[in-house]
Amino acid sequence: MATQILMPALSPTMTEGKLARWLKNIGDDVRPGDVIAEIETDKATMELEAVEQGKLARILVTEGTEGVPVNTPIAVLSVNGESFAAAPILAAPVISAPVPAAQAIAPAAAALAEDKDWGPTAPTTVRDALRDAMALEMRADKDVFLIGEEVAQYQGAYKISQGLLDEFGPKRVIDTPITEHGFTGMAVGAALNGLKPIVEFMTFNFSMQAMDQIINSAAKTLYMSGGQMGCPIVFRGPNGAASRVAAQHSQCYASWFAHVPGLKVVSPWSAADAKGLLRSAIRDPNPVIFLENEILYGQTFDCPTDPDFTVPIGKAKVERSGTHVTIVAFSLMVGVALKAAEMLAAQGIEAEVINLRSLRPLDTDTVVASVKKTNRLVTVEEGWPFAGIGAEVAMRVIEHAFDWLDAPPVRIHGADVPLPYAVNLEKLALPHPEWVVDAVKKLI
Amino acid sequence: MAQAADTRKRGKTSGKASPPDIDRTQLLAAYRTMLLIRRFEEKAGQLYGMQLIGGFCHLYIGQEAVVTGMTMAINEGDEVVTSYRDHGHMLACGMEARGVMAELTGRAGGYSRGKGGSMHMFSKERHFFGGHGIVGAQVSIGNGLAFSNWYRGNDRVCLTYFGEGASNQGQVFESFNLAALMKLPTVFIIENNKYGMGTSVERASASHDLSKNGTPWGIASAQVDGMDVLAVKAAAEVAVAACRAGKGPYLLEAKTYRYRGHSMSDPARYRPREELQLMRSQHDCIDHARHQLEELGVDEAAFKAIDDEVKAIIQDAADFAQASPEPDPAELWTNVLVEG
Repeated sequence: MATQILMPALSPTMTEGKLARWLKNIGDDVRPGDVIAEIETDKATMELEAVEQGKLARILVTEGTEGVPVNTPIAVLSVNGESFAAAPILAAPVISAPVPAAQAIAPAAAALAEDKDWGPTAPTTVRDALRDAMALEMRADKDVFLIGEEVAQYQGAYKISQGLLDEFGPKRVIDTPITEHGFTGMAVGAALNGLKPIVEFMTFNFSMQAMDQIINSAAKTLYMSGGQMGCPIVFRGPNGAASRVAAQHSQCYASWFAHVPGLKVVSPWSAADAKGLLRSAIRDPNPVIFLENEILYGQTFDCPTDPDFTVPIGKAKVERSGTHVTIVAFSLMVGVALKAAEMLAAQGIEAEVINLRSLRPLDTDTVVASVKKTNRLVTVEEGWPFAGIGAEVAMRVIEHAFDWLDAPPVRIHGADVPLPYAVNLEKLALPHPEWVVDAVKKLI
Repeated sequence: MAQAADTRKRGKTSGKASPPDIDRTQLLAAYRTMLLIRRFEEKAGQLYGMQLIGGFCHLYIGQEAVVTGMTMAINEGDEVVTSYRDHGHMLACGMEARGVMAELTGRAGGYSRGKGGSMHMFSKERHFFGGHGIVGAQVSIGNGLAFSNWYRGNDRVCLTYFGEGASNQGQVFESFNLAALMKLPTVFIIENNKYGMGTSVERASASHDLSKNGTPWGIASAQVDGMDVLAVKAAAEVAVAACRAGKGPYLLEAKTYRYRGHSMSDPARYRPREELQLMRSQHDCIDHARHQLEELGVDEAAFKAIDDEVKAIIQDAADFAQASPEPDPAELWTNVLVEG
């Protein structure tokens, strides 16, 4: 038997090369691993090693030849010492045609569970709602645990995990050293092995230390494993500006995470959002980014008391009905939008306020239906404008309701600067209801 | 750092008889696994040359004794996680050569259905957790696998492999601290093949003995000749037993050598040819095991039978990897999220 030795591709981009030198002569014995020739590629001179044992029977391309295309036969190896003449031709390599891009954006999530009327409510702070959600899910599923800095003995840097250590013990409420990259990767590994971690970032500013594990490991492993290995994990903590903590501790990560396929991203406003969405996030088999807000922790809202209460991920909520303009917001900015709507109502303008709740998947249907009614769109977010959530919402409205718009969409957003410390400058950098009122009045 | 060759006591020129306690059956099995990995990698290199495999492709040739010896010391159910130089680890875990090779060619029959490639393959069934393309990321993840064993109260152990290049990553030291703090059942294995891409360990690590890198956290450790499969197995048994007994993590540094470049496009000009030739001719793990087996009386026919069997497996894998269809275009959109 004889086999052909082909001109090899020796880099991801090589299409041809120079056969610089033969290091074996016709008749020489060749063993696997022996260097038989030197090939010059576009990047370097590489050694060509034999893969099979045999005798070099024929040299088909003489040394010094340039521009030898990849896969050209360059020599013949006699494998069992038979005649050198007969050399079978190897099957031509299968070169695949590129698959045409079918869609620019992944198909929308499957039909979502609708919100329903959950009956009686009780006044609840966002802080307690978050704690209750975790406690309920930890009682129901022993694979759920909470891990992060100061979550156990300190009872949470913002007291979200108050009481959980007492109820669930140190095995399920776990204090970590200040080592975001390490404990986030550890939690991701635990999730790949079937546990359901809740990772608390003291604030999302520190998630940047762990960004690689969130994006490259948590979000992509299901896809890269062909569906074998999912990552049921929740990353939660306060996001965005608090008060006077300046640039490194005041940043909205909504747009960062919402960019990434493989993640779900939610951002509650009310106590009901917080409790219902966090329960859904913990139960979700995918990695969920749960963006809270420190300023909201102490605020009280009516929250359903039904023990089965949840809020579906991917469903926005119309917080206020109106006919003249649609204001779309999430997290703390829902409160700003509602305040603006009250001020507008006093001037005879009825605004519809949509609380997005989920940023990925985004409830395009609810926003578009509203704009088709009001014909005007204003988005409100605390983060920076460039490639922000407001830009995405506006683009979806343009794609799906262009002909219904009576005016260009307007974005209200944080100033495009690192957040300053001085009280007057900070006030100038973050959206206020007045900004929204002014924008709406210019539209109408 | 001392040259690897200086630290190794054995060699087929030593003339010493093999230790009497060598289990012939086990050593034969190890020989077969190492040969399977080497032939697989040689075939992968060949298919890369034919452009049937694209992108990055990191071959394990030379290092086969490390994963083979380590695997001999673990039980069914113990987890394994490693870097992008992962083909050998998957074969040692009992994953099928067909599925691994078909993933390399990007076909539907691959372990990740063609969506992961050389660096990103997994097998839940074989407890293999990747295949990670980011240097050092698998070390934190390995802690998580060990954590889940601790959480569930089982006696499983996780083998976490990384190279001496990765050993300088910040998250590796974070992981040493966490594993020691929580007494996680992890064996950290530094596969020191002397070069992180083109940078030698001497130019990258101020630490001259990487097995001592866990010392500040009190992590028990050992250094082992990674070109000697029985030496690796013996060291692995100590490490795994300590982890299984709840003593916390263990760090093994296996001194080894990769014969090929860092990846397919690396001409490896940063090291003298003599260094490679010396390792190949004097310290090759497969030659060494064969020599030991010969001393135990294994005859040519037995070696030939293993060679033939391995050759048939690899040929079948290569045929399958070329015959398997490309993924259906609809696969582009699947497995982004778990639906429902």
